[in-house]
Amino acid sequence: MAPDGNMTNGFKVVGTRPKRPDGIDKVTGRAKFGADATAPGMLHASIVRSPHAHAKILKIDTSKAEALKGVKAVVTRADFAEGLTGENWNILENVMASDTALYDGHAVAAVAATTALGARDAAKLIEVEYELLPHVTDVDKAMADDAPVIRAGAADKSVPEGLHPNVVRYHESGHGDVDKGFSEADLVVEDSFKTEATHQGYIEPHACLAQLGSDGKGEVWCCTQGHFNVQKVCAALVGTDSSQIRVTPSEIGGGFGGKTVVFIEPVALALSRKANRPVKLVMSRSEVFRATGPTASTSIDIKIGMTREGKITAAQGVFRLQGGAFPGAPMEFTAMCAFAPYSLENVHQVGYDVMSNRPKQAAYRAPGSPMAAFAVESVIDELCNKLDLDSIEVRLKNASKEGTKASYGPKFERIGLVETLEAAKAHPHLTSPLAEGQGRGVSCGFWFNHGGETAVSLALSEDGTVAISVGTPDIGGSRASMAQMAAEELGIPYESIRTTVADTATLGYNEISHGSRVTYASGLATIKAARDAVKKLCGRAAAKWGIDEDAVVWEDGCAKPSGPNAGDFEPLPLAKIARSMGRTGGPIVGHYEATPEGAGVSFATHIVDAEVDKETGQTKIVRYTVVQDAGKAIHPTYVEGQFQGGAAQGIGWALNEEYIYGEDGRLQNSGFLDYRIPVASDLPMIDTVIVEVPNPGHPYGVRGVGETSICPPLAAIANAVSNAAGVRLTELPMSPPRILAALDAQANG
Amino acid sequence: MSMIHVTTTVNGDEVEFLCDPRETLLDVLRDRLSLTGAKEGCGTGDCGACSVTVDDRLVCSCLMLGAEAEGKSIGTIEGMADGEALHPLQEKFIEYAALQCGVCTPGVLVATEALLKKNPDPTETEVRYWLAGNLCRCTGYDKIIRAVLDTAADLRKAS
Ligand code: FES
Ligand code: FES
Repeated sequence: MAPDGNMTNGFKVVGTRPKRPDGIDKVTGRAKFGADATAPGMLHASIVRSPHAHAKILKIDTSKAEALKGVKAVVTRADFAEGLTGENWNILENVMASDTALYDGHAVAAVAATTALGARDAAKLIEVEYELLPHVTDVDKAMADDAPVIRAGAADKSVPEGLHPNVVRYHESGHGDVDKGFSEADLVVEDSFKTEATHQGYIEPHACLAQLGSDGKGEVWCCTQGHFNVQKVCAALVGTDSSQIRVTPSEIGGGFGGKTVVFIEPVALALSRKANRPVKLVMSRSEVFRATGPTASTSIDIKIGMTREGKITAAQGVFRLQGGAFPGAPMEFTAMCAFAPYSLENVHQVGYDVMSNRPKQAAYRAPGSPMAAFAVESVIDELCNKLDLDSIEVRLKNASKEGTKASYGPKFERIGLVETLEAAKAHPHLTSPLAEGQGRGVSCGFWFNHGGETAVSLALSEDGTVAISVGTPDIGGSRASMAQMAAEELGIPYESIRTTVADTATLGYNEISHGSRVTYASGLATIKAARDAVKKLCGRAAAKWGIDEDAVVWEDGCAKPSGPNAGDFEPLPLAKIARSMGRTGGPIVGHYEATPEGAGVSFATHIVDAEVDKETGQTKIVRYTVVQDAGKAIHPTYVEGQFQGGAAQGIGWALNEEYIYGEDGRLQNSGFLDYRIPVASDLPMIDTVIVEVPNPGHPYGVRGVGETSICPPLAAIANAVSNAAGVRLTELPMSPPRILAALDAQANG
Repeated sequence: MSMIHVTTTVNGDEVEFLCDPRETLLDVLRDRLSLTGAKEGCGTGDCGACSVTVDDRLVCSCLMLGAEAEGKSIGTIEGMADGEALHPLQEKFIEYAALQCGVCTPGVLVATEALLKKNPDPTETEVRYWLAGNLCRCTGYDKIIRAVLDTAADLRKAS
């Protein structure tokens, strides 16, 4: 019979570091990304966007554009489905404005022409008449009494009476009695924090190639984290059935949450339907910045009480998140993650989802958690400094463990926070000397991780090799990990397995590659699909030997009699059974479809040394160490890569990256020159320690690793910079002007 | 708009094309010559994803016009491997997982090959500054830098 239950050691392939299957394609330029596809008769499209932060659209005149040579179709909101409600209405409103432009960059029309240059020329000829409306882009100002209303009636029932209509959702959670807790503290520290919006900054702009016929049948090729979601949303927005649209995901040039959202595919489909030709639509970098998902910006108040011995007696937080011109800022995640690392008797958190005239926020790696950690861990650092306590010891003293009632409600199962803190404590980084002008910071971070709808199929070939089809786009090497897990189960070499990200017509619905779910959920489904295939393989052997199925076991890639009583038969290798499968019952395919719910939460502890130049306000990160619980690292090199990538993005967010809006409500830095993500010369090597505390919800113990790595950096760096500068930094990014202002304010008392 | 006729060399092969005077070299490579290895990450010279060599000089192909390629010798990622034999840098990038999504990889490899031709023994700092024009959002650069330094060491040993 197939093996069952958890195995946590004795792995042969899991935990090794094989070459990725798409390696050669990626280093030779052959890999096909979103913008690399073409089709016969293809048109190119361009989108017209509002230059205003908030304006009524009075009139759109497309006649000049339509008269231009080579122009084949123009679409506006009238060319999309009518009568949508709920989230579909929100998405359509964002994809193509109806009567009001809600932010600088909001799409108002689109055009398709025979050449890319022609489409851009035509877009310039589309005349839009606007009536300017008052706008607001700052979260605190958007909540103030005199703020312009973005959309009346957008608030849901959770919002208490008396709040501004821009507050559209409200969250409250916690337990115990915080007032009582604060009264038991020897010291209470309270502070307020702000973080600016940042962009996911994937290097590949959104791109798609789409075709839609008047019969409602369509094809889409695009770079996305979730093609099944693209299928569902596109069908709704253009008014056809999901099953009529087939979506094939291209290779994806980074997403980090930003490609979980649909922006351009419905536009290309609508243009294609009108022109009756395939349409390619590729965003420019400036469109990516102006109109796709940045994070929420935040304004946060934190209050924490602590005893002289370092025990936290109470903690409370207020989290205001600005998520652009639509509901959905992840304020409940922010509130729920904020105090999750700590075992608290008294904790209370409040969240506000606030609308403003900015692009609709999108998920960015552990959405909402990094900002919470920044505020909370800064206050903990301040308490440690004031009470003269060791920051790791304080965290250990208060750390959440198995059985702790989490700040957001449930009881934790087996978790690895203490193990990451112990590993950090033992790391030479923590005791290495600091040079003049340098400061050290540590921080913990938390993310839930996610399971979600998942379907995998695993087909045997007659030559004994295996093809796995998964429905989760490979955003970080997951095709390698899937093949490793299948190789482990089947007992055949890694190289004999090829994993493909299948299109929407091939598999059942798969949720988006988000929530650090792929190695966990598609991995679990791959293991179960392999076990399903093994069961069938054992069945074929049993039939051949004329014994009971239960008397056959699978070991080292072979079916074997389960013991002397089962009979004496030569082991049957997979390849041998596969060769005759056509004659012994037909193709052998293992599959698994489910919504796994055992994604284990994960924690990390980061250590960082920063050097601050007090003359210029410039900060240099001189040393960085990531310690994170991976549950079980399937491919340790890719796990390290996730740790390093998250830390690097965190460094950018902490020090440099921000959305800058002018008085006119326009984004002032919509390019990589002015929105500067970390470059190679900005960063040190990033040291990693993989901690493995198995997740009981996965057969091998896997926890997601992609997101937790960005939770601690903002806080760890803020602590390092504050310790180096001798003044507490409470606003991100800690760019040179902000650091100089903080130093000035301190000098002037 | 009348088109411009251009004769040039790409990865050693003579190539002719017609292009609009406004088209960049990157547009021409991708849309007219079907060489989609070079990527457009920004179109403004800030990301390096479009890196190619022009007469052995490293350039952002998004900043050069297609028409300017006349009589030049262009090198792209598609010309880096020698038949089925990968360049040592390509091998090392796969081995070290110096790529996650891989969209920056063609540009990083072209830029790195140009560096090692100029300076076969670069320091870590020199590699970091040379690659400062090639944005990678996935890796944090750590594995890229290690792959470049170790390939350089291997090549020095071999020569
Ligand atoms: S596309 Fe040329 S530098 Fe970014
Ligand atoms: S590997 Fe994704 S941008 Fe470099």
